Amino acid sequence: MFGYALRRLLSTIPVLWIAVTVCFFILRLAPGGPFDGERPLPPEVKANLAAHYNLDKPLVEQYLIYVADVMKGDLGPSFANQDFTVTQQIMSGFPYTLTIGGSAFVLATVVGVFIGCLGALYQNRAADYWLGGGLLIGLVMPSFLIAPILQLVFGNTLGWLPVGGWGDGSIKFLILPIIVLTLPHAARISRLMRGSMIEVMSQNFIRTAKAKGIGPRLTVMRHALKPALMPVVSYLGPAASYLLTGSLVVESIFGLPGVGRYFVGAALNRDYGMVLGTVIFYMLLIVVLNLLVDIAYAWLDPKVRMR
Amino acid sequence: MTHFTRKFLATALVSTILSFSAHAATLNIHNGGDPTSLDPQKISGDWENRIDGDIFEGLVTEDPKDNPIPGQAESWTISPDQKVYTFKLRDGIKWSDGHPVTAQDFVFAFQRLMDPKTAAQYAYLQYTIKNAEKINKGEIKDPTQLGVKAIDDKTLEITLENPTPYFLNALMHYTAYPLPKHVVEAKGDSWVKIENIVTNGPYKPVEWVPGSHVSNVKNDQYHDAKDVKIDKVNFYTLEDQAAALKRYRAGEFDVVTSFPADQYEWLQKNLPGQAHVVPFLGTYYYVLNATKPPFNDKRVRQALSMAVNREVIGPKILGTGELPMYSWVPPGTANYGEPARVSWKDEPYKQKVEEAKKLLKEAGFGPDHPLKAQLRYNTNDNHKRIAVAIAAMWKPLGVDIELYNTETKVHYDEMQRGEVQIGRAGWLADYNDPINFLNLLSTGVEMNYGRWSNKDYDALIKQGNEEIDLKKRAEIYKKAEQLALDDSAAIPIYYYVSQNIVAPKVQGFVDNIQDIHRTRWLSIKE
Repeated sequence: MFGYALRRLLSTIPVLWIAVTVCFFILRLAPGGPFDGERPLPPEVKANLAAHYNLDKPLVEQYLIYVADVMKGDLGPSFANQDFTVTQQIMSGFPYTLTIGGSAFVLATVVGVFIGCLGALYQNRAADYWLGGGLLIGLVMPSFLIAPILQLVFGNTLGWLPVGGWGDGSIKFLILPIIVLTLPHAARISRLMRGSMIEVMSQNFIRTAKAKGIGPRLTVMRHALKPALMPVVSYLGPAASYLLTGSLVVESIFGLPGVGRYFVGAALNRDYGMVLGTVIFYMLLIVVLNLLVDIAYAWLDPKVRMR
Repeated sequence: MTHFTRKFLATALVSTILSFSAHAATLNIHNGGDPTSLDPQKISGDWENRIDGDIFEGLVTEDPKDNPIPGQAESWTISPDQKVYTFKLRDGIKWSDGHPVTAQDFVFAFQRLMDPKTAAQYAYLQYTIKNAEKINKGEIKDPTQLGVKAIDDKTLEITLENPTPYFLNALMHYTAYPLPKHVVEAKGDSWVKIENIVTNGPYKPVEWVPGSHVSNVKNDQYHDAKDVKIDKVNFYTLEDQAAALKRYRAGEFDVVTSFPADQYEWLQKNLPGQAHVVPFLGTYYYVLNATKPPFNDKRVRQALSMAVNREVIGPKILGTGELPMYSWVPPGTANYGEPARVSWKDEPYKQKVEEAKKLLKEAGFGPDHPLKAQLRYNTNDNHKRIAVAIAAMWKPLGVDIELYNTETKVHYDEMQRGEVQIGRAGWLADYNDPINFLNLLSTGVEMNYGRWSNKDYDALIKQGNEEIDLKKRAEIYKKAEQLALDDSAAIPIYYYVSQNIVAPKVQGFVDNIQDIHRTRWLSIKE
């Protein structure tokens, strides 16, 4: 297993290099530079800034400098946040994103699987309609709509929870953003789980288990749950990537210091170092998460392990 | 010491600390964007100015109304030719680490500002200082040639290239803040990290979580610390204005520095007196590319300008009552008096439209030959609303407008390269003086996106720049402004307003034209 994981990780290096190279050159080809803005700078000041950040060197030389720095673990400076390097900013923001996104991931999985199972076992009955239907609201309503509504209801009207910010990191500050992040994923997982569970419950081995006199709860827990989880697990990889790379909308609305806003903000600011840094970070995260999903698959399905 | 005594003293100490923290006044400010840096030579935005203006203090500082008052300097003298300013520093001024603030700290800061290696974006704001521009351009390599000299620890002499009536205003700007020479030399670029930074203003920073907040606490070494009433200030990063308003309503913010325009009516009705919408030293305008047809024709420029119904833009389209702009310099600008106005300002709108039609006809445009142009603006809801409205106002003239929006970086890149026919622009004053606005129309400056050029205008600006007498200077500038307005150099649309929401418990918040409110003047009434 360790050898397999190492091989998988090493095989991503060329992909990562190609992605960074393409991003590097596309970014530089985009119109507008990091120091263009409402206040045009005198040419000499622009030249000073370019020299300061090596932007006056030929593009290929800039690229080689960047690659050499990355190999040393240095993701370079950020134009928009000059007191912190790109690495420092990502390291500063990731714990916040991990807390919110990780909690949302766990909650979405647990709630989604539970409601999906209930929906399958009580198919076309009140519990199925109400729980599944209620969760669907989270799927059809975008987070930029749900978040302000929750802020207004629980923050402004009822005064039960803070409207935004991280505060001291206590749970009351995290509840609303976690709910907003959880809802769409919990809804998708519950739909997947419901469909998958209905299919598994109609299989012959389940009929056999029932014929042996095993109770419905044990049948589900011991025989149906594991195979029914397969499609859910394949969805968990992308869901985890989405949640752990942060959400621009949720972080912006709740004023959270995570990494979600970096990518879009940096692209708009032409903050080259930050864009490339987040690309590298996101890709590494996705690679690791996909690897974990594959390992989970192997644990769930003996056929995969054989291969 | 007995166990009981130790316990008693410990309890007393904890109670004292707790009672202090219970009474410590904390101000929570919504501050928009994340600061680029805490280094005053690396910043360029008003949200950064809010923070740095609290932690540093220049020779001259702002009073609550944003007028210049003595800061680190207790007094100054100006030579008869108005080129040499001699500042006497206050006794006993210190950095937050207890090190004395000396004239050498100012010399060091100005030299660093102009050093090309520092790459300070705003270095050009202090180009009025002798040799500053040449040093910043690399034409003079010796930084000691800069016109800033320490006569002794307490006396600083600044020599200017030309008499500059607004120089004291320019000294309030963050580019003129001193730097702790002893720390910068010891730590290099890391001097500005939270664990290293020392400051000389009313506050010192103690925490910065990128994307969340910067926290400053009162600096006990500040010369006027006894009158600073707020102990801690948190500047929150939050660009979502609607979310900021919700957090204000929940009591999480005490001051909000921008809010959604469509909420102004709600604020007036539900939180009367808390929304402060007042004229601001900034202009919103359209430039016309005066180097190419059809906008190299004054008649076409004037026709489009006349057909803009400015009276409805502030109250109806934006909803925050921005004032219609018929001059180039905003009213209330220092050293100026009443600005010049376009000659047709008071005509009824219908008459303006008729005249505009005539002018376009004279210029060769009409139903058979409609004027087609592209209007570019940077992506933003307000810019879009205004562009759509103005395109509709031009429609009756037979003008066919194609709207084109791009992100800010691209928009200004194209504007600077002269790739626009009509383009949206805005200017917020760096210092309170008419030249800050009039320069926007001078030949060859980067901000003159429309590339309108007029020798007489340039000559008047030059003449005004050399005039020492403020009254005469204002008259000369006004002639230049009138000339630009008569020639429809650009289309002024509205004067900006500042938009703050201030909780009733915050005292001492005085509305002013540059929207600068230093925390040292504020207090909290619980």
